[in-house]
Amino acid sequence: MTTIINTILLLCAIGLLASIALYFVAKKFKTDENPLYGEVESLLPGANCGGCGFPGCRKLAEKMVDSPSLDGLYCSVGGEQTMEQIATFLGKVASQTEKKVAVVKCKGTCEQRPKTVSYEGISSCSFAASFHAGDTACSFGCLGLGDCEKACSFGGIKINPVTKLPEVDSNLCTACGQCATACPRHIIELRKTNKKDMKIYVGCSNKDKGAIARKACAAACIGCGKCMKTCPNNAIVVVDSLAYIDANACKLCRKCVEACPTGAIVETNFPVRKKVEENN
Amino acid sequence: MKTFTIGGVHPKENKLSKGVAISIAPIPERVMIPLSQHVGAPANPIVAVGDIVKVGTKIGESAGFVSANVHSSVSGTIEKIDMYPDLSGNKKQMIVIKTDGNDEWEPTIDRSTTLQKDITSFTPEIIKEKIAIAGIVGMGGATFPMSVKLTPPKDVTIDYLLINGVECEPYLTADHALMLEKAEEICVGIELIKKALGVSKALVGIENNKPDAIAKMQQVATAYQGIEIVPLKVKYPQGSEKHLIQALTGREVPSRKLPASVGTIVCNVASTFAVYEAVIKNKPLIDRIVTVTGTGLTTTANVLTRIGTSFSDLLNVVGGLPEGTDKVISGGPMMGRAVRSLEIPIMKGSSGVLCMTEKEAHRKPETNCIRCGRCVDGCPMGLEPYLLYALSKKSMFAELNEHNVTDCFECGSCSFSCPAHKPLLDYIRLGKAKAIQILQNEAKKEVDKK
Repeated sequence: MTTIINTILLLCAIGLLASIALYFVAKKFKTDENPLYGEVESLLPGANCGGCGFPGCRKLAEKMVDSPSLDGLYCSVGGEQTMEQIATFLGKVASQTEKKVAVVKCKGTCEQRPKTVSYEGISSCSFAASFHAGDTACSFGCLGLGDCEKACSFGGIKINPVTKLPEVDSNLCTACGQCATACPRHIIELRKTNKKDMKIYVGCSNKDKGAIARKACAAACIGCGKCMKTCPNNAIVVVDSLAYIDANACKLCRKCVEACPTGAIVETNFPVRKKVEENN
Repeated sequence: MKTFTIGGVHPKENKLSKGVAISIAPIPERVMIPLSQHVGAPANPIVAVGDIVKVGTKIGESAGFVSANVHSSVSGTIEKIDMYPDLSGNKKQMIVIKTDGNDEWEPTIDRSTTLQKDITSFTPEIIKEKIAIAGIVGMGGATFPMSVKLTPPKDVTIDYLLINGVECEPYLTADHALMLEKAEEICVGIELIKKALGVSKALVGIENNKPDAIAKMQQVATAYQGIEIVPLKVKYPQGSEKHLIQALTGREVPSRKLPASVGTIVCNVASTFAVYEAVIKNKPLIDRIVTVTGTGLTTTANVLTRIGTSFSDLLNVVGGLPEGTDKVISGGPMMGRAVRSLEIPIMKGSSGVLCMTEKEAHRKPETNCIRCGRCVDGCPMGLEPYLLYALSKKSMFAELNEHNVTDCFECGSCSFSCPAHKPLLDYIRLGKAKAIQILQNEAKKEVDKK
């Protein structure tokens, strides 16, 4: 019995001494930190993806609290709603950033872009890209080994098992840019999106001359410039036999999509065309 | 018998074309000559479309210190200067020449086969200059410009010239055939390089699976002072520069240093022969011996081929690509690379064309690591391949540098010895590239700070 009592007393004494020591240590080494940091951090989604340009949500929160305005600070994962919340909380004005979404600039499905060699190496785009020019004749397009899918923390980009091309789910994509960094071919672009996620972009990255590009892939941009001539808003430029549509100048008229002889221009989420129905 | 100490493997030799005499490939209708056939800056084209060139006309000018001249290997008209895919499919600038069938050579080139042993008229400067003009590069595969190799840093003294006649890659016999048929020329070439470097002693390393070449070279070398033929025990990768130095001299090249740091210079026998031709006969590097081999072929050959001949033209020498070929490799099976198309040219560093049948061409299914440690035993650099593999797989590229991944020269001994068929080298290659990137970024940051 005495052993038990002694033990309890000893433990209580150690506990008391330790708590006194901790009390003084905590007082002595107290750091003054703005309590707002933690509160803003709790409002952020906590994905720590680095899409804002800061190493993690905590750093962004600190920056948001410290800087006089929220200009240039934007959490693409949380989106406007989160930014609005933080702005009200801090009494600042949220910066207006247009919503962006990742797009894959390659339409080279297995039918469009036949395989010329078979690759047996490890399933990593960055390895394959360092080793050879891909298993088709196109040395610019998607390698289909899914580095983007592995890089995405939100499940917003997935390789379609049939086409072997990545597909972006606009609802899940937060435009953090992880996939674009992971892609060794640099075919993923963060593009401005419009109402109902309607967007038009060139689904090709091939900078080869027209004939070579066409031979490699039936859906390649051959740099013919028809889209450039058709565009009423001068939104299209052709550089290195590859067209590029400026998302800010594009008015979504869809004339380029009709003009493109290879169907390299992609339109998403548009209502079904009336013309097509008439023809039918 | 001498050999290197750490690691090494014994792949099946398969030297099918052993003892086959050197044949001469027909001149193709068209050649594609890449301007970058060497380590360093690509040469600058100095001809235009429509120009008439002869065999040996310079068409690419060396662009900087680490670079090499490029010459026409045929007589004809320049058809195109454009970007074409190389063996990995990436576009490189190449000059396409349509041959005229006359095979007219530059008048300065001595085409006679008479052997000239007297080299007293050549000073070291003249030898180096002629080598630079001829655009000679290391023909064992690394394609390092010879003129750079012969200009070692001033603070080191070179006391040994090492000649690489090892040919440790399975299947390849190009150097073997060359040593049998051109032993005298190789010895004169060695004398020339010795003179250029001011070195008195040369060691020629030959693996003892080539007893006829050893005997032939020994018989010829007795007439020359300071050339010693050293038979070596057969072990892959003895042909690697660092391992040959260790096998022949017992010296170890420190990590991230060049052979010159231990007082040695290594040259391949094919390059040595090219030096002889360049200095004595004024002939630039326009052809080389290529082994065309494979178990599916009915005949194999060691072919003297003009640079720029396409793989398909060369394969016609042995009756075309056999049916059931699933993979064609440029170089040997261990370190060579599979080609994407047969319309790519033979370059200065192409030592072999190897056709693999369906049975040989594919990887075996991967199983789990059984911790046997064979990859560690096999690694000739004393690295730990399983660890580098795991780090690379987990994207821990910064840690790879701590484990000296940059010392790996991608010989493939680890993948070869792995009983679980793990793609060890694939991941190490990936990790090495990323680790080098990290080192470069750090170096850049330090420069920026200053």
